[in-house]
Amino acid sequence: MVKGRVLVEGSAVGPLLRLTRPISFWGGVDPVAGTIVDPRHPQFGTSIAGTVLAIPSAVGSSSSSAIMLELLREKQAPVAILMGKADAILALGVVVGAELGYPAIPVIESSVEDLESLPDGATVQVDEAGEVRVLT
Amino acid sequence: MTLKLTSHERTLLAGEAGEATALAMRIVVAAAELLSAQELVEISSAHIDGCLHHGDGGVEFAEQLASGGGRVAVPTTLNVGALDLLHPGINRADSHKTDMARRQMQAYVEMGASPTFTCAPYQVGHEPGVGEQVAWGESNAIAFVNSVLGARTERYGDFLDACCALTGRAPSYGLHLEENRRATVVVDAASVPSALKSQDVFYPVLGTWLGLHVGQEIAAIEGLPADVTRDQLKALGAAAASTGAVALFHVVGVTPEATTLHEATGGSDDVRRIALDSTGMREARLRLSTADEADRIDAVAVGSPHFSCQEFQSLHEIIASRRLSVPFYACTARQTLAEIDALGLVEPLRASGVEIVVDTCVVVTPILPAESGVLMTNSGKFAHYGPSNTGYEVVYGSLADCVESAVGGDISRSEEAWAW
Repeated sequence: MVKGRVLVEGSAVGPLLRLTRPISFWGGVDPVAGTIVDPRHPQFGTSIAGTVLAIPSAVGSSSSSAIMLELLREKQAPVAILMGKADAILALGVVVGAELGYPAIPVIESSVEDLESLPDGATVQVDEAGEVRVLT
Repeated sequence: MTLKLTSHERTLLAGEAGEATALAMRIVVAAAELLSAQELVEISSAHIDGCLHHGDGGVEFAEQLASGGGRVAVPTTLNVGALDLLHPGINRADSHKTDMARRQMQAYVEMGASPTFTCAPYQVGHEPGVGEQVAWGESNAIAFVNSVLGARTERYGDFLDACCALTGRAPSYGLHLEENRRATVVVDAASVPSALKSQDVFYPVLGTWLGLHVGQEIAAIEGLPADVTRDQLKALGAAAASTGAVALFHVVGVTPEATTLHEATGGSDDVRRIALDSTGMREARLRLSTADEADRIDAVAVGSPHFSCQEFQSLHEIIASRRLSVPFYACTARQTLAEIDALGLVEPLRASGVEIVVDTCVVVTPILPAESGVLMTNSGKFAHYGPSNTGYEVVYGSLADCVESAVGGDISRSEEAWAW
């Protein structure tokens, strides 16, 4: 079990997708298809929709909040995001989405070491307290 | 740890300045809480990145603020939109996207922001002073305003930048605070040949390296020439903010918070030192091209960040009235277009085949003539985002390389500066 700091509260269950490199959602994720489109990213071509997405950190463009909002509107968002380092970009896209009436997803900050302890592909559960459990 | 708000901030939150300002304040407060900020900081200006259309959510948000009576509380400039409003015919987006892009840009103008539509507001008169607290969006502008101008902003994303502009407040966090602005790593450029450091083509490569290798840290770069230009620092920051999360770098002896190395690091002994070498620079340079085997190009794009008057002057001199044989796009601010028009540069550039794009750029909206091809650029940022955003493979070169290649269509790159 990993306990993180709650950036946006919520609960979710989904398959863990661990990105091995930081990502810029803008230029890195297609907001309509929900796939990673940066050809230089190791998980290029992978869909983040419906996953519990673990990322070491966000990089690059400050437009990534907007991509997060579009993913929520298009129902292609992850069901939860676990971040190695909090920033005011991805979580903010979720907060704005909630103001506009789109369902919020939990965003949790945790250490990179804790994120690496979670097995890629396993079904994990995220709860309101920021606890992440491996179910399978 | 709870966030402390002033009585004025509480009245904004309570809706006494209208529903739009209250919504904006809720988002500023939410951001402050998720960043564990203890208070808000009063800002003197803002640069809003949120008028670029990524999808209809951005329009929904902007129109909700505008229709709720939202007005910017501080002088505010606008980043690029997804349309060239002065030359709408060059955009290939469908009518729905075009309409939504226009509505999104218009909503922010209605809220009192200045219609600058540029990613380089520091080139059109928006230049906060050293130590000023501001809230800026757009990664290259953030790097520039922090590093080169010495004003203080965090990395604001779409929405939060607008909410800061409407409330005149930002979370007191990160780079707003003096103690977080010190260099944590020293990058020594002493071994890079002076001939290379004097050339513009070096700076996007250095920035790419910086973002990749120390992209989560604040670097103090030593050993750059004292006469390094604003355009070179602009290119360095834009590339570093593309490959990393670089929001602030120092150049010792050049940038305002780094008169000396001691000032840049705050005198800390606990600072790593990395010496630049030819291997690292070669790798960073190679990363800027995805089509190194190509021998022909289909188009050239320059102006990310937006071209300055000086860069247009250089372009004009290098072209020297020759005719370019492939489409050549130079992206800039409408204000810069007016300035170079007054200098008599626009007509000869257009006569040579340069398409001047304003209010937007070719990597954020479909302007390039096809869905794929080979694009040459002198911009680290275009080189980074070009493949995923446009479908074009990229080739990186100097401005002179771009022009020489565009004249004949065959890739022509001078290797002389890189012989190291």
